[in-house]
Amino acid sequence: MRLTCPCCGTRDRREFTYYGAAEFLNRPAPDAGLQAWDAYLHLRDNPAGITRDLWYHDPCQSWLEVTRDTVTHEIHAVRALGDLVGDAA
Amino acid sequence: MVDLIADGAARGLPVTLGRASLVGFDPGPVTSIAPFPGRAVPGFPTPGQVVAQGAGRMVWAGRGMAFLIGAPAPDLQGQAAVTDQSDGWVWVTLSGADAVAVLARLVPLDLRPQAFPAGTTARSTLGHLPVLLIREAVDTFRIAAFRSMAGSLVHDLTGAMRAVAARR
Amino acid sequence: MSFRIPGKGLMIDRTRPVQFSFDGKRFDVFQGDTLASALLANGQRLMGRSFKYHRPRGVLTAGSEEPSALVEIHERGQQTPNVRATVQELYEGLEARSQNRIGPLGFDLLAVNDLMAPFFSAGFYYKTFMWPRAFWEKIYEPAIRRAAGLGRLSGKHDEAVYEKAWAHCDLLVIGAGPAGWMAALVAARAGADVILADEDRRMGGRLLADLPEVGGQAGPDWAAGVVAELAALPNVRLMTRTTVTGAYDDGTFGALERVGLHVADPGDLPRECFWRIVAKRAILCAGALERPIAHPDNDRPGVMLASGVSAMVNKWGVDPGAVVVFSNNDSGLAATRRLFAQGIRIAAYVDPRAIPVTEPFPVYAQAQVTGTRGRLGLRDVAVTHAGGTSLIEARTLALAGGWNPTLHLACHRNGRPEWSERIAAFVPRAGMVPGLSVAGAARGVFSTAACLADGAASAAEALGDLGLNPPALSLPQAEDAPYAIVPLWAVDAGGRAWLDFANDVTTKDVKLAAQEGYSSVEHMKRYTTQGMAPDQGKSSNVAALAVLAEATGQGIPATGTTTYRPPFTPVSIAAMGAGGRAEGFAPRRLMTSDAQTRAMGAPMIEAGLWYRPSYFPRAGETDWRPACDREVRQVREAVGVADVSTLGKIDVQGADAGRFLDFVYTNTMSTLPVGKVRYGLMLREDGFVMDDGTCARLGDTHYLITTTTAAAGQVMRHLDFVHQAFCAGWDVRLISVTETWAQFAVAGPRARDVLAGLGVQAALPFMGCAPVQIGGVAGRLFRISFSGEEGYEVAVPARYGASLFAELVRLAEAHEGCAYGMEALNVLRVEKGFITHAEIHGRVTADDVGLGGMVARKDCIGKPASQRPGLTEPGREQLVGLMPVNQGEVLTAGAHLYNERDAATRENNQGYVTSVAPSPTLDMWLGLGFLKNGRARHGEVIRLDDGLRGRKVLVEVCHPVFFDPEGGRMRG
Ligand SMILES: [Zn+2]
Repeated sequence: MRLTCPCCGTRDRREFTYYGAAEFLNRPAPDAGLQAWDAYLHLRDNPAGITRDLWYHDPCQSWLEVTRDTVTHEIHAVRALGDLVGDAA
Repeated sequence: MVDLIADGAARGLPVTLGRASLVGFDPGPVTSIAPFPGRAVPGFPTPGQVVAQGAGRMVWAGRGMAFLIGAPAPDLQGQAAVTDQSDGWVWVTLSGADAVAVLARLVPLDLRPQAFPAGTTARSTLGHLPVLLIREAVDTFRIAAFRSMAGSLVHDLTGAMRAVAARR
Repeated sequence: MSFRIPGKGLMIDRTRPVQFSFDGKRFDVFQGDTLASALLANGQRLMGRSFKYHRPRGVLTAGSEEPSALVEIHERGQQTPNVRATVQELYEGLEARSQNRIGPLGFDLLAVNDLMAPFFSAGFYYKTFMWPRAFWEKIYEPAIRRAAGLGRLSGKHDEAVYEKAWAHCDLLVIGAGPAGWMAALVAARAGADVILADEDRRMGGRLLADLPEVGGQAGPDWAAGVVAELAALPNVRLMTRTTVTGAYDDGTFGALERVGLHVADPGDLPRECFWRIVAKRAILCAGALERPIAHPDNDRPGVMLASGVSAMVNKWGVDPGAVVVFSNNDSGLAATRRLFAQGIRIAAYVDPRAIPVTEPFPVYAQAQVTGTRGRLGLRDVAVTHAGGTSLIEARTLALAGGWNPTLHLACHRNGRPEWSERIAAFVPRAGMVPGLSVAGAARGVFSTAACLADGAASAAEALGDLGLNPPALSLPQAEDAPYAIVPLWAVDAGGRAWLDFANDVTTKDVKLAAQEGYSSVEHMKRYTTQGMAPDQGKSSNVAALAVLAEATGQGIPATGTTTYRPPFTPVSIAAMGAGGRAEGFAPRRLMTSDAQTRAMGAPMIEAGLWYRPSYFPRAGETDWRPACDREVRQVREAVGVADVSTLGKIDVQGADAGRFLDFVYTNTMSTLPVGKVRYGLMLREDGFVMDDGTCARLGDTHYLITTTTAAAGQVMRHLDFVHQAFCAGWDVRLISVTETWAQFAVAGPRARDVLAGLGVQAALPFMGCAPVQIGGVAGRLFRISFSGEEGYEVAVPARYGASLFAELVRLAEAHEGCAYGMEALNVLRVEKGFITHAEIHGRVTADDVGLGGMVARKDCIGKPASQRPGLTEPGREQLVGLMPVNQGEVLTAGAHLYNERDAATRENNQGYVTSVAPSPTLDMWLGLGFLKNGRARHGEVIRLDDGLRGRKVLVEVCHPVFFDPEGGRMRG
């Protein structure tokens, strides 16, 4: 498997650390209630098809959101979280 | 009063095996520079870039960060986070006709000159070690790894050099 | 007696004789022989015993698909089992042994299994070894283990060198036969970066084995010309002895190169190299594998594939003696004509088809081979034809059952091939592996001319994908014979007809599987073990599923194939794990004090990747305990120094640094005055404690935080995530400075004296920090304590670490102190009830460890979830101290806690012990642990029960801070 880091280009998957679903980006408000927090922390879809998840490119310390297909293994998009000075446009 | 003596990080160098040589490298001062949002630092490199900066060079070193090597730390108060990294890394130079073949044993990068041109840099892994690579020329690489891993860096590189040399 | 044809043999160098041994017997052969060709050239057709029935077996093929001729290679005290004799190249002194036998190869005691064959049919083990249950461990299992398994291991560590490597290219061409040559040539001339990989030591494929003419030249000569051109091009890499073993995602391929396996004295040469080849495009030109025909007793030594016989003749000059060919297709007939033309005696050509009989050798049309004879090697062949059955004397029986395209790699991503009636074989579909196309015989295109054209066309298409223009190139002339076949999978003439030679599976086994309901091909495979040996059924899968299809009446397309998985050929684990032995297993992180620490005799222990001293033994201290006791006393009474550089250190800068730290710590860091240090706790977002450490404010917008040694990497990744996911616009930047600073703890009532010796005036208040100068070097001083004594940590740039450590040890010893190791460090912190990852193990909250008060009234990572009912309700296990009621008793970590009179059952469990330490200060063992409602139970006597070590100790529950609970000593 190869992922294209927006900073570093296409790299082998052993340079990356998997974290989990991109759902982790949607942090509820502190007072959003138990259900919202339970869903945020624990409830995950297991799609046969398009999924979005978070990977860390260890060499450049960039967190990435990867859109990929669990059936075809196709990588559709890789986006760096946030926006830091010097990022490639 | 005491007198503290500076100590190098790498042991057992230089080594030449076959058509590859490994020697220690002194980059001079190394300072990380990470600009704050919206602040422009002159000469700040894009990913993979190495930019000459006075006596030194600004080397892209990770997301939103560069290492200024070979020049004193600049005053960028309020513009960028500036941190001394001079002692955090061990630096070596790998060179020779088989330098690429040696690195190909350890580094998952595409080392072809069109993918990794001379005068550019990349962060990657060398075996299990996080590294920063600068390609000075087609067959000359500077490699920086965590200082505490100097022994493993030399071990892994000399092992690969020995195996490549044995094929010649 | 020599079975070598004078003047023949492309691969051998007759000027370089080589000696080797097989089962202790010495043979004379030539450089360039394989073990298989060498044995055949010496008349040795018997090479081993079969897996289940211990039938005598020879060699079937001349390539890596060999199912039968598996041997052990012995070298330098090591042995490698299941080496294919067809792949092993000979070198001077090579020592090979046959395997899977008890006694001599010619008289195997386990051959009795063959007489028992009626009992060993498919599913025998499942049916037989069920009952009685008590027999299993004592009788069945040892007997099966002794008889089963192929080959033996040495039982020693494999200390040989293996290698892994990466390669990148525009186009990977897999296989260097006619199609592969043309593909590589076209792409190379267009300027693409090409890797051409072939598993043989000499490239050419069937150009070498069959010698077809190409462009008016002999095949090998044409191939040599192409090699010369390609080898001279800088954009081409030729990889011989390299089998591409797997196709993975995004253009990544695995390949195994045999580097030193053919050399008598490899020196520093690795045995094998496992390549990861990354290619923008790939073309599979792996050719096709001939298949045998299942007829009675078709497994006798001397029975080979026709392609194997041709290769043995042309590549190694092996004389097959009188040959009977049994073929159902035009390729078999063509091979027979070629062999005849080369002077090989064709005793008979047997074909079930009604072909015209116009050959200069005996032809039996509409005939079948119905049996063979010869105890340890073929003597004669029974041919049944219209006129009856004839026995024909022959030394070799060549089977030509048709060709299976070598499409395995194209199916490695779960693609299913389709059935072609034309060639009676499976062929790949387009696009099964993105970026991989298939050309030549690997997709059922069989003539030399068609393969050359297909290779060129496939390369042109790939060049289009790469944005390159294909060069103008005229195709060389070559034979373009048509191919016709009438499928014949099995000859039904009674007796046993072998499908899978490696795992001893017959047509009867497959039919029995179908009869017993294992009618899916995947079930049949597992029930009969067909295709599960080292060759993975390369010569048997298609025939086996054809027999199954016939038995079930489903037809071949509906029956389908089993799943093709990597690796294509066996890959040694040692090659995949190359470099991962001993020092290469993981990086070693050494502290700057490492050399002196070892020189002082300290045994080192691993803490993550770091190596830290366990203790610093002095004269008379024979194990850890007296040294540890002394070091603890010296810290409490005088002063101790310890290298604490392994703690993670992160530099945090920016106008929003305080705000950021407030968000990642439970407590508030933005209010910390410059020059002060605060203890901090980080939670995971699910509310459990992630890590603890200190946070020092070095300047208005500059903090330095520390993490535990174990969690340094995890915390950095976590902070990067929080920063980039939630705080990207903030004025905050993070960078690790763990490696930049060497940091040492100086602890004890005389710590100030040691600092004074460094020229440092320790005027800092408790939890203060300040820049200092040490011998002209800019350093940092922190007044923090992990021992409960007046404690400092002094940091200097790492290059001065070794020197500073030497000074500190000298100064400490001058003040009746010492260097102390991890054992003493642990005792000191347990006496003070300080937690480590033994306590914050991922399942405890801040309140569980008694730090609930550190969760401030603000949002932070983990706070909302930490307030979930399950994490706040009464009855949770809370951190307590434990002291033995009888002072001399030893406590053990990992033990569970029960009420004094309760049985040690899961239901009665009250908690567990996380850390223990022998305290010289309090003269007893101390423990830390988690106990239900523990904070309300101080003074209670409970039982520590260590079922694993059989230890039961009554302990008194107490506050986790055993020593100096007011902290007067460390505040000084
Ligand atoms: Zn990156």
